[in-house]
Formats: sequence, structure tokens, C-alpha cells
Amino acid sequence: MSESTDMRAWIVARAGAWRSMVQSITDLRQRRRATVEESLNAVEAYRGLARDLATSRRLAPASRTTAGLEALYSQLHALIGRKPRGGGAALLALLRTDIPSAAHLLRSRIAGMACLMALGAIAGWWLISAYPTLIGLVASEEMIDHVERGHLWTEGIINITPSSILSVRILANNIAVSVFAFCAGIFLAIGTFYLVALNGLMLGGVFAFVHQHGLAAALFTFIIAHGPVELSVICVAGAAGVALGESIARPISGTRRDSFQACAHEVAPLLLLCAALLVGCGFIEGFISPDPAFPMASRITIGSCYWLLMWALLSGRLFAPPGAAQARRRRLNSS
Amino acid sequence: MPGEQVFVQSATGVDLTLNIAGPGHRSYAFIIDWHIRLLLAGAWLLLTGFFLKLSLNARSHDALLSLLPAAVIYFLYHPILEVAMRGRTPGKRMAGLMLVDRGGGTAGTTALLIRNLFRLVDCMPALYVVGLVSCFFTAQRVRIGDMAAGTLLVLDDAAAEQSLTRLEALAARSRLPLDVLELLDQIIDRWPDLEPNNRLLIARSLLARMHPGGDAGQWSHLTGSELRARLLELRDGAATATGAGSGDV
Repeated sequence: MSESTDMRAWIVARAGAWRSMVQSITDLRQRRRATVEESLNAVEAYRGLARDLATSRRLAPASRTTAGLEALYSQLHALIGRKPRGGGAALLALLRTDIPSAAHLLRSRIAGMACLMALGAIAGWWLISAYPTLIGLVASEEMIDHVERGHLWTEGIINITPSSILSVRILANNIAVSVFAFCAGIFLAIGTFYLVALNGLMLGGVFAFVHQHGLAAALFTFIIAHGPVELSVICVAGAAGVALGESIARPISGTRRDSFQACAHEVAPLLLLCAALLVGCGFIEGFISPDPAFPMASRITIGSCYWLLMWALLSGRLFAPPGAAQARRRRLNSS
Repeated sequence: MPGEQVFVQSATGVDLTLNIAGPGHRSYAFIIDWHIRLLLAGAWLLLTGFFLKLSLNARSHDALLSLLPAAVIYFLYHPILEVAMRGRTPGKRMAGLMLVDRGGGTAGTTALLIRNLFRLVDCMPALYVVGLVSCFFTAQRVRIGDMAAGTLLVLDDAAAEQSLTRLEALAARSRLPLDVLELLDQIIDRWPDLEPNNRLLIARSLLARMHPGGDAGQWSHLTGSELRARLLELRDGAATATGAGSGDV
């Protein structure tokens, strides 16, 4: 018998199995869950398909049959390797393991970013104190006008823009800044350093400027509720960006691309937390910070409690499994 | 078909072949998606602004119901749909593309979110210049976001999958050699996409070779639809052409 006749007989013999595979792949793709039996059948079909593909590649390498089997094989491969959607368990693992381990990995870089921001703030304070005319570099004309007229630009802002709109605008802007601080890390972290230092410089410069006009206390009152977390989140996102830059400049394992990919996956959970915290900051900044009805004590309480919540999430203490605290204490005692 | 392929080892020992989508395929899918999200966002603004009479002023309360959902549709279209559709979007589906991880598996949620995070870099300075340049210069035609996420944009060859089941039915009916049958099937499949003159030439040449004893000029007076009908007859086994070997065609 010729090879063509063999192939024809083989196609006709196997066609029923392929047809049912196409059907079951379509079904499984559309569903979120599969039973154990369906999964085992899919694995068995995958094995059978691999054999068919190997045969087809040998008998008719450039044929449509082979192309069709290749397509079917890759779809089944993707389907079998599909990770289940985690739901609540995945969220708990994220909060309990992924975020704390990423924060632990980045702790020295977070401290470094905080120092850089502090240095930027000191430099900004000095710059504007020594050369007040340079305020135009770090503040808008509108802000300068307000301060020179003796009141902060934030006063009465909720009379102009509703708090809800203000919150959304602020949180969107803050999330964009944090994401940019992270992504700018791919330029060997230079972009991240620039962004964090610039934020510090602007903060110090604006504080120096309002201090010259006797409004430093008012600005402090405005930012104390949301500022600690907002600035900390920029430092955390910056630290993640620095890690990203470092993974490209000094790959630890594999190629630069492997190292970059591994680092991005490792620090990505922190970015999710940063985004969630910035949503909270946006609401505080939109509803509480500009509202003169909130006294200083309540602002300090909100600011410090929110910062503690952030710390508890980063350290993993908030969602630690039962008995983790005792285990930690025992470890400390034994050491 | 694309020239670039990636071979992935699988547990069965038979390598998986992934056909990488190039910058052209990517741009095509992106443009479709861009139009969809623009139209959806625009339709929402139209609905809220003109029919529900909500204010489109960014400083009014109404903006929460008018501008915010439109912005969410426009800016979060890709991350939301890619996660929900497991590496596909309507544009990718229309362009026959899908996202997979570097092992050929379905891309995970984290990977898809990371991929979208890096759009911020890929779209710099404008019109996705960084992403496009990266696609042109990287071996697997990936943008920065794909590198970070470990994803690949590959061709999802649904047509080949469909032809597999069709071919089986044809193989059972027809007596033509398999390679001839495949060729016929492919020409009929691609008939609408072929240049009219070229498809006439191909069809006449094919029919002349399938009937070696006949007059070669007998096909020249047939119109396109008649030629196609003859090819269909041949493929579906209504007419047989014994003796037409694959080498002849």
C-alpha cells in the first residue's frame, strides 16, 4: 500500500476522535470548571493527540492535517495547563504570602527610597528657602497665587468640585504616579530615582514656600490624614521599580529577560496593594483632608491608623495564619 | 502563514509549535480593539449626555455616571477583557490571535495584569512606538509588557482546526490522493481571498492537470463560479479523477 493510502486510512480511522476532541475543547474552554473525569479524559486525549501529531508530522509534514492537529494540540496544551481561578483562597494567599514576601524582599530598597525622598525634600526646602523665586519650578501659578494671597489652594476646594469627583481624580493620578515609578524601573531604575527624588523635592519646596507665608501648619493639617500612606506607597512602588532595574542590570539567574520576568512577577502583588491603598488615600484626600470640620486629632488618628494598616498588610501580620505570632515569638526566644 | 515559530517541550515528548504573531497582526488586533473601546466609550457618553441628560462637566456630580464609566471602558478595556477572556479580546479573536505564556499554556491573571501595566512604557512617547520597536527587534516579537509578563502573542489557527474535521469527511468519500484533496480544499477555502485572475488561472491549471487526457482548452471558457463548482465536485467526490497523482498537481 502507498503512503497516501495509509494516511487516508489513518485519517478516517482517527477522525472520530479528533471530532470529539474539537467538541470537548470548545466546551471546556467556555466553562470555568471541569469535573475530574473530564480532566482525565482531556489528559488522555492530549496523549493521543501527541501520538497523532507525531505520526502526521512524519507522514505529511506540510499538510493541512498536520496544521489542524498542531492547532488542536496547542489548544489542548493550553487548556490542560490552565490554572484555576483562585477566588477567595488566592486572595488570602496574596495577602498572607505574596505581598509580605515581596515587601520583605524589598525592605532595604523601600528604606533607600524613603531616604531618597527625604533627601529630595530637604534639598527642595533648602532650594526654595535660599531662592524663593524658583518656586515656579515646583508649583503651579494657581498654587503660588493662592499662597501669596494668604490661603492654601486646597481651601474651599470641596465647594468647587464634589468630594467624590475629587477623590476619583486624585486616586487616578496617584495610581498613575505609582505605576509610572514602578515601570520607570526598566530604564535601569534611573527613571524611578528621578521620580521619587522629584516628588521629595516638590514636597520640600512647597513646604518651604508655604512656611514663608505662614501656612506650613495649614498644609500639614491638610496632608496628615492621607500623606503618610500616599508617600509611603510611592516609596514602595519606587522600590519595586528599583528591583526591576536591578534585575536587568544584574540578572541573578538565567538571561536578563528571565530575570526581568521573574522580578516583575515577584513584586507585582505589591503594586496591587499599592493601588488599593491609593484608592483609600484618594477618598481620604477627597472627603476628609479638605473638610475643615475634621479636627487635627481626628486627622492624626486617621493618618496613623491607615499607615499602621498599610504596615500590617506589608508585614503580613493582618492576615497571618493562627499561631504565627506564637511561632515567631518562639523563634525569637530560641535565637 | 507566519515564518516565526517557537517550539515548546511538552510532557508528552512531542514539541508544541507556536506561530508567533508579528507586528502587523498585533497592530491589526489593536486597531480593532481601539475602535471597539472608542465606540463603547463614545456610546456611553452619548447615552448619558444626550439621552439621560447628565452633565459631561468633569467637576459635576454627574461625571461619576457619565465620564467615569466611559474612562473605565476606555482605559481598562484591555486588562479586564484579557483576564475575563483568558488572553483574548474581541480584536485578538477577530485577528485570530491569543495570548499564551512562554510554555504555551493559558496566560495567568498576574501575567495579564503585568502585561497591561507596562502599556505605560510601551505606548511611550506616542502611538506605541516603544512597543512596536521592541516587537521589531526581539526574537519572539514581544513588547516590553510581554517580556515582563512572560507572555507570547500567537496565532490561533481556528481555520486549520476546522479543516481537520472537514478533511476527514472528504477523505472518506473521495478517491483523490490526499495531497491533491488538501490542495483542492485549500483553494476552495481561500477562493474569496484570491485575486480573481489568479484564481481562474490556478483553477484552470489544476483542472487541466487532473484530467490529463482531455483538451486543456476546454476549461478556458468557464467562468469563475463554474470553475469553482467543478473544483467542488472534484473535492466532494462527485467526480473522480483517477490517475491524477500528486506529482502532476
